[in-house]
Amino acid sequence: MSVASSTPSTEEAPGAADTGDTAAGMASTPPPEHRADRVPHRKIPWTTRMRRDRSLLIMVAPAVLLLAVFAYVPMAGNVVAWQEYSPYVGIRNSPFIGWANFERVFTNPLFLDAVLNTLVITAFQLVFFFPVPIVLALLLNSVLTPGLRTTIQSIVYLPHFFSWVIVVTIFQQIFGGAGVLASRMRDAGYSGFDLMTNPDTFLLLITAQSVWKDAGWGIIIFLAALATVDPQLYEASVVDGAGRWRRMWHVTLPAMRPVIILLLILRLGDSLTVGFEQLILQRGAVGVDVAEVLDTFVYYQGVVNGDWAFAAAAGLVKGLVSLALVLGANKLAHLVGEAGVYQRA
Amino acid sequence: MRIESETVAVKPVPKQPYRRSARYRALLRGKNRPVWEEDPNPLGLVVKGVALLVIVLTVLFPLYTVVLTSLSTQADVVRSGGLVIVPGGLSLSAYTQILSGGIVTRATIVSIGITTVGTVLSTTVSVLAAYGLSRPGSFAHRPVLFLFLITMFFGAGMIPTYLLVSNLGLIDSYWSLILPGAVSAFNVLILRAFFMGIDRSITDAARIDGAGDWRILGQIVLPMSKAVVAVVALFYGVGYWNAFFNAMLYINDNAKWPLQLVLRSYVLQGVTLPGSGVGQVDVDDGAVTGLPVKMAVMVLAIIPILVVYPMVQRHFTKGVIFGAIKG
Repeated sequence: MSVASSTPSTEEAPGAADTGDTAAGMASTPPPEHRADRVPHRKIPWTTRMRRDRSLLIMVAPAVLLLAVFAYVPMAGNVVAWQEYSPYVGIRNSPFIGWANFERVFTNPLFLDAVLNTLVITAFQLVFFFPVPIVLALLLNSVLTPGLRTTIQSIVYLPHFFSWVIVVTIFQQIFGGAGVLASRMRDAGYSGFDLMTNPDTFLLLITAQSVWKDAGWGIIIFLAALATVDPQLYEASVVDGAGRWRRMWHVTLPAMRPVIILLLILRLGDSLTVGFEQLILQRGAVGVDVAEVLDTFVYYQGVVNGDWAFAAAAGLVKGLVSLALVLGANKLAHLVGEAGVYQRA
Repeated sequence: MRIESETVAVKPVPKQPYRRSARYRALLRGKNRPVWEEDPNPLGLVVKGVALLVIVLTVLFPLYTVVLTSLSTQADVVRSGGLVIVPGGLSLSAYTQILSGGIVTRATIVSIGITTVGTVLSTTVSVLAAYGLSRPGSFAHRPVLFLFLITMFFGAGMIPTYLLVSNLGLIDSYWSLILPGAVSAFNVLILRAFFMGIDRSITDAARIDGAGDWRILGQIVLPMSKAVVAVVALFYGVGYWNAFFNAMLYINDNAKWPLQLVLRSYVLQGVTLPGSGVGQVDVDDGAVTGLPVKMAVMVLAIIPILVVYPMVQRHFTKGVIFGAIKG
C-alpha cells in the first residue's frame, strides 16, 4: 500500500525550502533534481511545522472529527461488552461484570449456529462466486471489438449499483412462490415452487444473487490487470510455438495472479462478513436455521431483543477475529512472496 | 530400374492444406485481431457470442420485465401470472398513483434529500482530507493516516454505534442516516493516491507563485482530478441512495423512511403500510392493484442510478483501479 511508503528522508522536504538556511548541507548534494530528497535531516520544531501546515490540518479536521465521533467513540463504547448494560442506566453507571457476556456468547448454541452458517456461506461463495469474475474477465478480454466490449462492460457492471432490496425483490418476483416461474409452472399443471423460502436451496439462491449483482463489477480489476500485459509477450510466445491454452497459462494467468491473490486475501479476511443486507432481507422468509449469520445474530440479539451487552460481546468477538484474519491472510501473502494488501514501508 | 523411376514420377505432390478464401478469413478474424494470433474457430466464436448474449440478457431481462410490469395494467399481470413479459395494455396509472402524495412520494423526497446532502458532505470532507494527507512530509500526516487505516480493518460494531447514535439523540433524525458513515477511509485513500500521483512540479510552481494549499487544491488539483472525484461521489451517492439498514435501525417513524425501506416493507415483504397518509400505497382495492404499483416503486428506486451511471461509468477504470491497486 503506497500509504505508508514515502521514505523518511522526504519527511521534512517541503518545509526545509521555506525555512531557509540549508546551504551547508546543499554544498555536497550533487544532482539538483534529487536535492529535495537529500536535504539533511534538520529538526524543525513541531510548533513551526504545525503552523506551516495549518491549512492542511484544517482540511483534515472535519474528516478526523467524523471518524473520531462515529468510529472511535463506538470502538470505546465496546466496553458495554463487559457490563451488565441497561439503556436506562447508561454506560457510565452500568456495573462491570467481567467476562460473563463472553461466556454467554461462546456457550450460546444460536451463536455457534451463526458462526457455522457464516463459514458455510463464505466457503460456498469462495468456490462458486469467486472464480466467476475471473472467467468473465477472460471471456470479455477476448472480445476484440472495442465498442462491443465497452458496451458489454457497462451492462455487466450495472447491477452492482442496485440496492440489495431491488436485487432480492427481482429474485422474489422471478423465483418466489408468487413469482413468474412458479405461476407459469402451475398453469402448466406442475406444482409450484418457492426458492425464496426453501432452506435447502438457500445457499444456491444467495450465491446466484451475489453473482447477478457483483460478478460483473468484479471483472473490472481483472480487466485492468489484463490491460497491462505487454502484447509482445504474446507475440514472443506464439513465435515459440505456444497455442491458445499455453498463452493463457503462461502469460495471461500469471498477469492476473497478484490481483487474484489480493482479492483472495481480502475475501478471507472478510470471512465473517457475508452479505449482511442481503441476508437480513431474507432471514424472515427462509428461516433462522440457514440465514442467521454473525451480523444478523448481533442485530437480533441486541437491537431487537435488547440484550445489548451480549450482542456487543458477540460483535466484538467477530470484529477481533476478522482483524486477526486480515492480518493473518496478509502475512500469508507475504510468506508466499506476494505483495498483499498492505506492507511495511 | 524402370519400375523404380516410375515410382519417383508418381510420387504425389504434398497435399496442400485446406485454404479458406481470403474474404472468409478476413470476416472470421475481424479487424482487431493481432497478426500473430491464429484464426479463430468459427464454432468457438458462435459459442462465445451466445455466452455473452446470455450474460447480457441475464442482466437486462429482469430490468425489462420490471419496467414493463410497472407500465402494465393489473389485467396483464393476472394474465401473465406475475411479471409481464409480453407488452399488453400500457398505462402510467401506477406511477400517478404512487407519485400523487402519500408515503412513496414522501420517501422519494427523503431519499433524494439524504442522497444530495450526504454526497456533497461526504465528497467534500473526503477530498479535503485526502488533499490534507497527500502532501509529503506534512505535520502529523502519518498518525492521522493510520487513524483512517484502522477503521478499514476494524469496525466498531453495530451495537456501540447504535448506542452512540441514540445517545446523541439522532434517532428519527435524518442525520443518523448521513453522519455515521459519512467518511469512508477507502474513498479517502483512492483520492489521496490520485492526488499524490499528480506531478509535484505543477503544484510546486503554483506554490512559488504564491498559491496556498486551498488555492492549489481548488485551482490545480481538483480540476485535474475531476474523474476520480466523480467516481468517489458516485460511490457515496449510490451508498446513500441504496442504504436501508441504517434507516431500519435509526428511523422508527415510517413517515421519515427513505425509499429503499419503503421498498423493503411494502414491495418485498408485502406489508401494507400502516398509519395515516399511506392510503395511496394501500391500493389492494384500488383500480391498479398490486404488482404494477410495486414495480413502479422499484423503477423509482432504479431510475436515479440509471441516470447517473452513464455519466460516471467511463471513469470507473481510472478511479477504481487507481484506488484498488495503489491504495
